[in-house]
Amino acid sequence: MVTGYVIRKNEYYDSVFLMRVAKRLSQQKGILQAAALMGTEKNKVLLEEIDVRGPEVSEATPGDLMVAVKAENQEALTSVLEDIDRWLTIDLGSGSRHDIRTLDEAVAMQRHSNLAVISVPGAYAAREARKALEHGLNVFLFSDNVPVESEISLKKYARERGLIVMGPDCGTAIIGGIGIGFANVVRRGPIGVIGASGTGIQEFTSLVHRAGSGISHAIGIGSRDLSDAVGGISFLTALGALDSDSQTEVITILSKPPGKLALSNLLPRILKCHKPMVVCFLGLGQESLPVDIRRGTARTLDDAAVMAVQRVTGHPPAREDADSSNFRKLAEREQVNKNPEQRYLRGIFAGGTFCFQAQQILQDAGIVVHSNAPLHGNLKLADPMRSEEHTLVDMGTDDFTVGKPHPMIDSRMRFDRILAESQDPDVAILLLDFVLGFNASPDPAGELVPAIQEAKGAAKKRGGSLSIVASICGTEGDPQNFPQQVKVLEEAGVAVFPSSAHAAQFCALLSANLSEVTRAK
Amino acid sequence: MPNKLEELLHQGPIAINIGVVDFAGTLQTQGVQVVHVIWAPPAGGDPELVELLDQLL
Repeated sequence: MVTGYVIRKNEYYDSVFLMRVAKRLSQQKGILQAAALMGTEKNKVLLEEIDVRGPEVSEATPGDLMVAVKAENQEALTSVLEDIDRWLTIDLGSGSRHDIRTLDEAVAMQRHSNLAVISVPGAYAAREARKALEHGLNVFLFSDNVPVESEISLKKYARERGLIVMGPDCGTAIIGGIGIGFANVVRRGPIGVIGASGTGIQEFTSLVHRAGSGISHAIGIGSRDLSDAVGGISFLTALGALDSDSQTEVITILSKPPGKLALSNLLPRILKCHKPMVVCFLGLGQESLPVDIRRGTARTLDDAAVMAVQRVTGHPPAREDADSSNFRKLAEREQVNKNPEQRYLRGIFAGGTFCFQAQQILQDAGIVVHSNAPLHGNLKLADPMRSEEHTLVDMGTDDFTVGKPHPMIDSRMRFDRILAESQDPDVAILLLDFVLGFNASPDPAGELVPAIQEAKGAAKKRGGSLSIVASICGTEGDPQNFPQQVKVLEEAGVAVFPSSAHAAQFCALLSANLSEVTRAK
Repeated sequence: MPNKLEELLHQGPIAINIGVVDFAGTLQTQGVQVVHVIWAPPAGGDPELVELLDQLL
């Protein structure tokens, strides 16, 4: 085995592009491992961990590209590293052949621009966002790790100018039918959304679409906007705009629990809204909300979608879920051939909101879980890499993603985790989420099927059976082909549900049944 | 003062993309006018130097 690297001074590429480069390099003959990273201190540590060291690596700066490869032999190593340029060609498409290096140049070229989509590393993001606001542009700020003080300052500055900052840490928006960031292809329609979570917006908008209605706009506000520190500055801007928007008939709010102070300050404005509202604060009990708003509150994203569609059509949509007898039958099917020690549920999530919502549903069913991102009342995992008893792990957190692709883009980390869980004889159920849409993995189900099959095989060898339960967030218009994704999973023996909430509810039922069986034995 | 968010909702996005190039591609696929900025960390990625430069300019 040999290792080698190439350092390119002053050659910057974005992290998503580099993840793809690394993946393609690692698929070449004789290549055992490949990394393509910018020269940040954290990334240099990652290279050290795979035994790549050298003076050029130590001296690399965040503006320098580092490509490192571990190969079976020198020939394979040389063939990749000597021809590195061919892996680094970016296709900017027909519309962007110009060599634009700064925001100023871009604004000069396209003077009627109205939105800056910013996804540079967090340390530089506020600087670029500020410049965009100075140019009179609304901002979609995908970057995370932006200090909260910068967020507040940017949002106040935006508010003074009639602009919005969607983010930081904003994964998804849909503006007038156009998906920005990680978004699904959904019908235009009368339902407006304000969401603090990307996957929350994705699930809600997909469910509304599949229920036959559509979305006017979905405005992301970032994960911290409704905290007490930020106080909902972007939320209020978005609410005002949707309240005035002629396309929007119903407004839905999606978030984890807001800060107490923020909520009490925002409620009077929410109640003054001229349009019907649906409010889904995941993890927040109804008792925390005033009576006036309780009738418009939803416990899950599914309930929110049903209520929103009902508000615009006057009747509830036909639900996609199996009726309760099918639900029970499916649970009976999944219960068979379990070994007595098979008691535990392991959820391996790409979407943080799905992990959160599943915890809420399990908690409602009296099931306490461990998690690296625990809901109030659940238990914090001592080590995110190691599950304990019932565990739901959010693999999109920094515990897993520093220098590595987010699981919505690349399934490698979840693949390995599924195999690790399958070695534990106490595991009875694996719960997975699959997220389709723009910028997500082109084939999330296909990427995990080999791991699913191997995991099921391992349980069978021990004389048991492993239940694998999944949900798919997306629509038939998404690039990944929704029906095909369902088919691939079902053929691999996965119980596929139309929403993350249903999948979690099914796991709650199955877990309860398994506990009863264990007790009876 | 014009409400620029309302203008955005009314007109639809006309975008400048800074960072992940795939985001520009997705917008183009949907027929959006987009200019992509080939970004690099300013001052070679030294945040202190960036701050100093910002103060000078």
